[in-house]
Amino acid sequence: MTVKTKRKGTRQSRNEFIWGWIFLLPTMAGLMILNIIPIFQTVYQSFFKTGAFGKGNVFIGLDNYIKMAGDSAVWQALFNTFKYTLVEVPVSIVIAIILAVLINQKLRGRTVYRVIYFLPMVAAPAAVAMVWRWLYNTEFGLLNHLRNMAGLGSVSWISNPRIAFISVAVVGIWSVIGYNMVLFLAGLQEIPRDFYEAASIDGANGIYQFFRITLPLISPTMFFVTVTRTIGALQVFDSIYMMMDRTNPALPKTQSLVYLFYKYSFTEGNKGYGSAIVVLLLAVIMVITVIQMICQKKWVSYN
Amino acid sequence: MSKKTAINRIIIHTVLILGCIVMIVPFAWMFLTAFKTSSEATQISPFVIFPTAFRLDAFKSVMSKMNFLLLYKNTMVLIIGRVICAVLTATMAGYALGRLNFMGKGLAFSLVLFQMMVPSQIFIIPQYLMVSKLGMLNTSFALIFPGLVTAFGTFLLRQAFMGLPGELEEAARLDGCNIFQTFLYVMAPLTKSSMVALGIFTALFGYKDLMWPLVVNIEQTTMPLSAALAKLQGQFTANYPELMAASLLACIPMIVIYIIFQKQFIEGIATSGGKL
Repeated sequence: MTVKTKRKGTRQSRNEFIWGWIFLLPTMAGLMILNIIPIFQTVYQSFFKTGAFGKGNVFIGLDNYIKMAGDSAVWQALFNTFKYTLVEVPVSIVIAIILAVLINQKLRGRTVYRVIYFLPMVAAPAAVAMVWRWLYNTEFGLLNHLRNMAGLGSVSWISNPRIAFISVAVVGIWSVIGYNMVLFLAGLQEIPRDFYEAASIDGANGIYQFFRITLPLISPTMFFVTVTRTIGALQVFDSIYMMMDRTNPALPKTQSLVYLFYKYSFTEGNKGYGSAIVVLLLAVIMVITVIQMICQKKWVSYN
Repeated sequence: MSKKTAINRIIIHTVLILGCIVMIVPFAWMFLTAFKTSSEATQISPFVIFPTAFRLDAFKSVMSKMNFLLLYKNTMVLIIGRVICAVLTATMAGYALGRLNFMGKGLAFSLVLFQMMVPSQIFIIPQYLMVSKLGMLNTSFALIFPGLVTAFGTFLLRQAFMGLPGELEEAARLDGCNIFQTFLYVMAPLTKSSMVALGIFTALFGYKDLMWPLVVNIEQTTMPLSAALAKLQGQFTANYPELMAASLLACIPMIVIYIIFQKQFIEGIATSGGKL
């Protein structure tokens, strides 16, 4: 009897080994070829100087990194990227939480609200950026028309270096609110109703309930949204690429690291320098994510 | 008390409706501008909000510059190709990682997690060089290439398989199913909602992908909508009705699909986002 089960056990585990790897094979092969090896190739490439059209790959050691350390455009882009992230992530999260809490009540038309707030998520970012650019247009844009009607002067929304990054961040916030809201709604629906009923009986008002029940209980969702949105915001590219012309005087104050990566790698053909920039981005994202993981113990409550 | 709740409700609806207006105005403006003449769009006194007549001139002229049928087709190829590959490979790998025990599983899973933490731009140059060396630039294959497998989807499906009760598997095995049959006939059908979620997620982000198509498919005949819009803006910056008509044509199909399947869309994003 024991011998029989043992033999059956080994046959089962041999089967699981064979089938497990058959099932995994396409994904593992793909991940290796498409992702894992390319990470090392990009790091390797960052030690080379590449001429236009990929010609003349010359090993230059750490020169790209030394050049990067002295390149004020890279530092400015890093600063721009942080600034963008520090605006987009908190603002979109706060607005999304408020909307989710409002919509989560037994409210007429909540489906319609949900559909409308999520709408920007299903639009092509290129189209979104184009229509916002048109809204922001200094001479003929709707926004300046509204400002003029209110007796305020026109604003150069995307060509004034001091304002442009906020204009770009507004587009990012507008685009992502619905996405964050849907995630928060899913988190809110897991909070048992009796928590609120008990609090109401104890005489707690809505605002007290929000800070004492809702916020702690959706803190895992908040943590998840913060981490993923931060990673996303640090990679901002589409809106800047589509809204800021190469000749726009505000471009140096708005271009992000990924924008520079694209410019150096594909517009100027220097894939070595582009690789060094994207390695910097990788390092930045890793460090920030690790810091967030460490900090979560302070504010995220898992029950 | 009930009067207080009624006032509360009115305040809540007012806030939500104001928010909705902010969400809709850009789309409305895109729509209205697309039907204007160029001079109506750039007239300031008086400022024109509604076009005097709904003219199709901008649509006609933008359609003569861009072959939208081809762009829709290319976008479809990208989406369908990536969705099929993602769902197929992720379901298989998710089953292996979620339900089977074998040597090397831990390592495989940590590679999946690792890939999810890395910014995708780091893959682009080597992936571009691979496609280029294969001589496959400006092909449908190039559009699908980065989406052949998905670490995120593998993770999502692994979670789905792990959530299923073990008795089903036992019963299937006692009935004489081998591992493959158990997977195909018993377990995989139970993760249908996660497969749909992954499909929607992949389709949406494939449709929105801009940088990769800009890098690999620069020919008019092989680019998807997103890249074509970027090229169009580079060429005709000033003609706003045309730019808005093109944007509208690029957005309408996805918006229609979204409104029809809004429940699946929103739940799909909520489950795929929330399960991480």
